[in-house]
Amino acid sequence: MRKVSRLSRFNIASLALGLAFLYLPILILVLYSFNASRLVTVWGGWSLRWYREFFNDRAMIEAAWMSLRVAVCSATIATLLGTLAAVALSRGERFRGRTLFSGMLYAPLVMPEVITGLSLLLLFVALNAERGFWTVTIAHTTLTMCFVAVVVQSRIGSLDRSLEEAAMDLGCNPVRAFVAVTLPLIAPAIVAGWMLAFTLSLDDLVIASFTTGPGSATLPIRIYSEVRLGVKPEINAICTLVIALIAVVIVIASLASKLSSSQGESAAPL
Amino acid sequence: MAEELPGTNLAADAAARDAFPAAGQPLLRIEAVAKTFGTFRAVDGVSLDIKAGEFFALLGPSGCGKTTLLRMLAGFEAPDGGRILLGGKDIAQALPHERPINMMFQNYALFPHLSVRDNIAFGLKRAGMARADIATRVAEMVALVKLEGLEKRKPDQLSGGQRQRVALARALARRPQLLLLDEPLAALDKKLRESTQGELMELQRRLGMTFIIVTHDQEEAMTMASRIGVMKAGKLAQVASPRELYEAPRSRWIAEFVGDINLFDGESKLRDGHRLVIGTRDAGALVVAEPREPVGTGRFTVAIRPEKVKLSRRGPVSEAGRETAINTLDGVIADICYLGGTTTYKVKLDTGGMLQASVANSARIDVDAYSLNQNVVAWFTPDDCVVLPS
Repeated sequence: MRKVSRLSRFNIASLALGLAFLYLPILILVLYSFNASRLVTVWGGWSLRWYREFFNDRAMIEAAWMSLRVAVCSATIATLLGTLAAVALSRGERFRGRTLFSGMLYAPLVMPEVITGLSLLLLFVALNAERGFWTVTIAHTTLTMCFVAVVVQSRIGSLDRSLEEAAMDLGCNPVRAFVAVTLPLIAPAIVAGWMLAFTLSLDDLVIASFTTGPGSATLPIRIYSEVRLGVKPEINAICTLVIALIAVVIVIASLASKLSSSQGESAAPL
Repeated sequence: MAEELPGTNLAADAAARDAFPAAGQPLLRIEAVAKTFGTFRAVDGVSLDIKAGEFFALLGPSGCGKTTLLRMLAGFEAPDGGRILLGGKDIAQALPHERPINMMFQNYALFPHLSVRDNIAFGLKRAGMARADIATRVAEMVALVKLEGLEKRKPDQLSGGQRQRVALARALARRPQLLLLDEPLAALDKKLRESTQGELMELQRRLGMTFIIVTHDQEEAMTMASRIGVMKAGKLAQVASPRELYEAPRSRWIAEFVGDINLFDGESKLRDGHRLVIGTRDAGALVVAEPREPVGTGRFTVAIRPEKVKLSRRGPVSEAGRETAINTLDGVIADICYLGGTTTYKVKLDTGGMLQASVANSARIDVDAYSLNQNVVAWFTPDDCVVLPS
């Protein structure tokens, strides 16, 4: 067996520097969320005061609740649409303009959010839609759907086509073959796609601020407007909670996609 | 549709089995079936009859259309033209799940999320079989392919040979009228392949089922099948028993595709009763037996299998040999290839050509073995020659 080579001084230094670059700001934010002092930059001892304050801040709680609802709804719709698009693109008959369609599906991945947000705003204004929960949800669905499609399509692409054929050979019609064989095998990718869509929706500020209406601010919008008046330590507490939530979701998502790559583990009932 | 076809409904399994054509009766008739992909004619007007209880092999090089033909039988491709009749019913346009046919896939296509047991039971559940009957059938299948004790394993916890058995059990579980096998042994190593060939033949005989196997391996086809259909460029080049295919190939291409062969191009010179003299450029005048279907004059190819060519130091030895050994050719050993059971000698003929002779190594210490550059006489009888149109 080969001995695990030890990291050289240089490697340790560059690793530490890189991690510090990424996580030091977050670490400071988390640390100061437990600060007892009212001044953000002055340490005044440990306290959970700002967490208490947040839970008593009705407007903030409402914004958080709104964000959660939007994230769950848009992630669910995006997962449904994204999965359907992925299945159609990788399993359907080769139709005219298929390449164009798949290219168009992925355009939002690289589209600047300002443009997506602005165009959606114009659409909603033109349709005379009342802006609020549903407009934000629809906007987030358009943003996150392509991410789901990418994740699911890569999983379907790695599946052997003959699995579905075997299911049909053994008495399934095409729809049942999909449900009995393909769906259980791509389920981990669908779950990962949902998680991804959820976190993307939760931390989106730009598109949400374009498409939301009065009285229905999402958490990032609310935080942003508070910060403009000066950073309150309460913001640190909220951010810490959001970071914790997103960390949990991302860990679950990566575990799910790991399961999805090692096929045999993903047991699903027939 | 599904209910119309015998064998699909396993609840009425016994009845369905009675509806099977008896062994030897025609089961499957393929009539002028064609399939085109874009401008490529993958299968080009193939007609074929398969009898019940037959072990039929579709043999051909890759891209000859054999797999496409098999996929049309399974229902994964719809033919552009022609009919596929199973027990008298045209199933050409029926979907895969509507056919009493099962297929064993080349890569096995086992469901990775299901255990061995659930893989085998998959088709039975779809057929609406009772739970207890499924358990009985699965146990029967597991015993049939000798997988006892592995029922709870997932496919990725099995060896290649075990996976192959699961795939076979899964395809057999529904007791199809016809089992299609797409290169079933291609992924196995040589020893395992040989023992599995034997087991497949034994299984087919015991179950009395009709098997159609697709293979590019001519030895595999010869070993297992009772009849072989050789395909070339989407067409059936010859349908024959293994022996007939080997000893009486219909064309030069088939002769070269199946086994090793010496070929000499030439022109027919004169006819003497049942003997034909063909003047070849590389081997001089060869006396051959007149083929069953009389041939006219013109250009021919004389084909001789290497094991039909005898070698000796001074020409045919025995008295009996002298009578029949009309073709004697002098030459020099140019190459020796020792293969264990046989040795293949390449003889450079004085007339200019090369002749392969395969000699059985019937003694362990062979004092008669030839050495390089040794002068030899190669001889063979007119009956050992096959005359092929050029």
